[in-house]
Amino acid sequence: MSGMNGAGLAGSRERRVRTGGVDLCVVELGETGRPTVVLVHGYPDSKEVWSEVAARLATRFHVVLYDVRGHGHSSAPVPLRGGFTLEKLTDDFLAVADAVSPDRPVHLVGHDWGSVQGWEFATVARTEGRIASFTSMSGPSLDHFGHWVKERMARPTPRRAAQLLNQFRKSWYVYMLHTPVLPELAWRGPLGKRWPGMLERVEKVPAGDYPTASLSSDAAHGAWLYRDNVRPRMRRPRADAYAHVPVQLIVPTGDVFLSERLYDGLERWAPDLVRRTLPAQHWVPRTRPDQVTAWIAEFVTATEEPATRAPERKAPGKHADRFGGQLVLVTGAASGIGRATAFAFAEAGARVVCVDRDGEGAARTADMARLVGAPEAWGECVDVSDEQAMEKLAERTATEYGIVDVLVNNAGIGLSGPFLETTSEDWKKVLDVNLWGVIHGCRIFGKQMAERGQGGHIVNTASAAAYLPSKTLPAYSTSKAAVLMLSECLRAELASKSIGVSAICPGIVNTNITATSRFTGVDAAEEKRRQERSSRLYGLRNFPPEKVADAILLAVVQNQAVVPVTPESKGALWMSRFAPRTLRRIAKLEPRL
Amino acid sequence: MAGDTTQLTMHGTAGPPLTARSTELRGFQEVQRLAYECAEAVAAQLRAGVTEREAARMQREWLRERGVRDWFHMPFAWFGDRTAFVNFKIPLQFFPTNRQLEPGMPFILDMAPVYKGYAADIGYSGSLGLNPVQDRLMSDLRPHRELILEQVRERRPLREIYENVERLMTRQGYTNRHRAYPFGVIAHKMDRVKERRWSPTAFGFGTQSLKGLASDALHGHREGWSPLWSPYHFSDHPPQPGLWAVEPHLGFRGTGAKFEEILVVTDSRDPEESAFWLDDDLPHVRRWAEENAA
Repeated sequence: MSGMNGAGLAGSRERRVRTGGVDLCVVELGETGRPTVVLVHGYPDSKEVWSEVAARLATRFHVVLYDVRGHGHSSAPVPLRGGFTLEKLTDDFLAVADAVSPDRPVHLVGHDWGSVQGWEFATVARTEGRIASFTSMSGPSLDHFGHWVKERMARPTPRRAAQLLNQFRKSWYVYMLHTPVLPELAWRGPLGKRWPGMLERVEKVPAGDYPTASLSSDAAHGAWLYRDNVRPRMRRPRADAYAHVPVQLIVPTGDVFLSERLYDGLERWAPDLVRRTLPAQHWVPRTRPDQVTAWIAEFVTATEEPATRAPERKAPGKHADRFGGQLVLVTGAASGIGRATAFAFAEAGARVVCVDRDGEGAARTADMARLVGAPEAWGECVDVSDEQAMEKLAERTATEYGIVDVLVNNAGIGLSGPFLETTSEDWKKVLDVNLWGVIHGCRIFGKQMAERGQGGHIVNTASAAAYLPSKTLPAYSTSKAAVLMLSECLRAELASKSIGVSAICPGIVNTNITATSRFTGVDAAEEKRRQERSSRLYGLRNFPPEKVADAILLAVVQNQAVVPVTPESKGALWMSRFAPRTLRRIAKLEPRL
Repeated sequence: MAGDTTQLTMHGTAGPPLTARSTELRGFQEVQRLAYECAEAVAAQLRAGVTEREAARMQREWLRERGVRDWFHMPFAWFGDRTAFVNFKIPLQFFPTNRQLEPGMPFILDMAPVYKGYAADIGYSGSLGLNPVQDRLMSDLRPHRELILEQVRERRPLREIYENVERLMTRQGYTNRHRAYPFGVIAHKMDRVKERRWSPTAFGFGTQSLKGLASDALHGHREGWSPLWSPYHFSDHPPQPGLWAVEPHLGFRGTGAKFEEILVVTDSRDPEESAFWLDDDLPHVRRWAEENAA
C-alpha cells in the first residue's frame, strides 16, 4: 500500500480509521514501541507536507501521519457544510490516537491548520491524558486569536491598532475563502495548476513530489475548515482555552500569513511554553526540515525524560529561542571577540565549535561554553589561513557535528606601520589571516550551507578601519576593507539561498589584538613598547568584547548588513559617508604611541 | 596617626625584633580568622529570599557580638550578577540592596572588621546550592594567589604584577572585576587602627582607617609609592613593606568570585621571608587542597 503515498513516506505502513462517517488514511513509520509523534498537516496540504520531517523523525520515534478529513486519501464528510468543525476534527484525532497508541499519550505536532486543530486538541478537556506534548507551527488557536483581536479592539492604543491592521492585512485569503463557490472554482481551475510554481517562487519551497496530485480537491474541501470555524470562534472565543500539555511554539519570522505579534502573551494560555523562532517563511516543514526535526525531537525527548529538561533551562541567554540547538562555528575563538561570541552563543543554547590556532585556548573556550549553557562544544586547533586545514575542518564538522548554521569568521591579526616600511612578507601575513581566512571560511562552509538549502548565516568581523583611512594601519585597513566588500557581495549572492551575511565593525575594543600586533619599521624593543602602550590605551577605552558579541547575535537575528559597534566606529561610518574629506584630513595626523 | 602606632617594619630598614613582629602578625591573623568565621557562619544561614541588606546586617551583628567596634569598611553583600558588578557605574552601587537570594545564585560577602586595634579585610564567595560556574571561578583563582606571591617576592613593580594578573584572567576567559573598585585596585594597604570610644564611619568606611590610609597616601606620595595597588602610574613601584589586603576578583558573564586576604610584605632579603600570606588556613585555600586531594 505504501506506493500510494508520495516518495519520502516510502516504507510506511498504511491503515484506515473509520470515525464519524469518514474514512481516514493513516500511515506509520518507525518502531511502534518508541514514543509516538502524530503530525497533522495544514491547508491546502495533505500529510505529504511532512514527508521530509517524518523520514528524519522515524529513526528515533514512532511517527504517525494522517490526512485530515476531506484531504488526500481520506474521505470527505457529506454534506461538507458543518462537517469540518473543530469538534469533529477532535473526534478524528482521538480515533487516530486510540488506533495507533492506545496505551500511551502521543506527541502532537501541527503545521498551519494542523496547528490550529492542535491547539483545540491541547486545550479541550476530553483529550486530557491522550496528549503528551504539542509543537505548534504557524497556526494559532482560534480562541486565543479571538481574544487577541477583542483585547485590541477594546483598547486600541496606536501600537495595538497597528498590530490589528497588520494581521488583518495578512489575513486577506481568509476573507476570500469565505466567499461561496469561487475558491472551489479557482482551486480546481487555474490556481490549482499554478500553486506548485507559486510555492517554489514565492515561498522557496523546493520542487519535488510535493504538493501532491490531490491538491485541488484538498484545497476545495479545506475551504470548509475556515467557513465552519473562523466566524463562530472569532465571535465567541472559548474562555477556558488553556493548554493542559507542554507546548513548543515555532514561529517563522518571515511568515506572510501570520504576524509574530499573535503570540504575545501566549504564556497566559500555555503556562509550560518553549518559544523558538526561525528565519523562514510559512512552509517550514518543507524548507527547514532539519531544524524542525531537531526541535521536535528535543522537545519530545525532554517531555519523555524530565531529567534532561534541565539543560533547556540552563541556557537563559538572550535569543535562546533563535539559537537553541543550532550549530555555530567561531574562528579566533581563543580570545577577545571570538571567545566572547562563543560564550554568547553558548548562553543562547547553541552548540559551538571553537576554532583557533591556539588549540589550548580554543579548548578552554569550549570548556567554559559548556559551563554557561552550550549543550555541546568543541575546541579545534586550526589556522584559518591554511586552506587544506580548513577543508579538513569543514569535512570533520559536517560528519561529526552537522552542517554549520551560523559561521563567524572572526580570526584576525593586527599590523601597524607606514606603507613604505611594510615588507611584502608582512603584507602576506596579514592578508593570509584577515582576508584569506575569511575567504576560506565563506567558501568552504558557505558551500555546505548552500548545498543543504536550509538557510544559515555568515558573520565576518571587519573593522572600523575598513572605512577609516589612516597613516598607521595601511595593511590592516586594506585587509578589513576587503572583508567588508566581500561580505556585501556575498550577501547579495547568498540572499536567494536564505543565507544572511553580516559584516561587524567593532572599533576600539579591549582585546589582546594590540598585544600581538606587529609594528613595522621599528626595532623589537620599540615594538614591545608600542604593544604595551596601545594595550594600555585600549584598556583605558575599556570597551568590552562581550558587547561586540551581543551585537553579533543581534546582527544574525535581524540579518543586518553592516554593524558598527562602538560609538567611534558608528561615528566613523557616518563621517565616511557624509564627511569623507574630514576623515582624509584626520588620516594625515601622526598618532603618538 | 595610625602610622605611628604600627610596630611593623614600614619605611626604614631596621624592623622591630622578630618576636614583636610575630605578636603583631598574630593580632592580624586573629581578626582575619574571626572575619572568615563570620563569613562561613553567615553563609551557612543564608536562605532563599534573604536580601543583601539582611546578609550585611547578619555579618555586622555577628561581629559586634564578638567584640568588633570599628570597621575598615562596613560589611558588603552581593548577590547574583552583582557579584560580577554588572552595570556598576557609581560607587554607591556597591552598597547592599534589597536583592533577594535565589537557589543557585552566587553571592559574595566582603567585610573589614577592626578587632583589638587590628584590621582585616576579607572576601568570601559562595552560592546557594550548586553553581558550577562559580565553582570553576573559585578553582581558577588559585593560580592568581600563587602568581601574586611569586611576583611580589621577585619585587616586580606592582603595576606590572597587576597587568600580569589581568593577563592571566583574560587567558582564563574572565574579566577583571577588581577594576570596578575605587581606583581599580587589586589590593590596598592595611594597618593597625587606634581604638577610640567613638568610631564613626563615612560612606561605609571607618574614619580611623581612612585616616590611616590617607596618611600612608601622603607618605607614599612624598616617597614615590602608594597604599593603593592599581593599574595606574602611581603603582609603578616595587612592593612596599607592610600588610596588603589583596582581592583579585574574577567575573564571568554575570557571575563573580573573589577572595581577599592579607599579604605580608617585609624588607627581608630572604625571598621566603620577603613576602608571605598571613594565613594559609582559610576557606578558599582549604578548598583547593581538597580539590587536589580528590
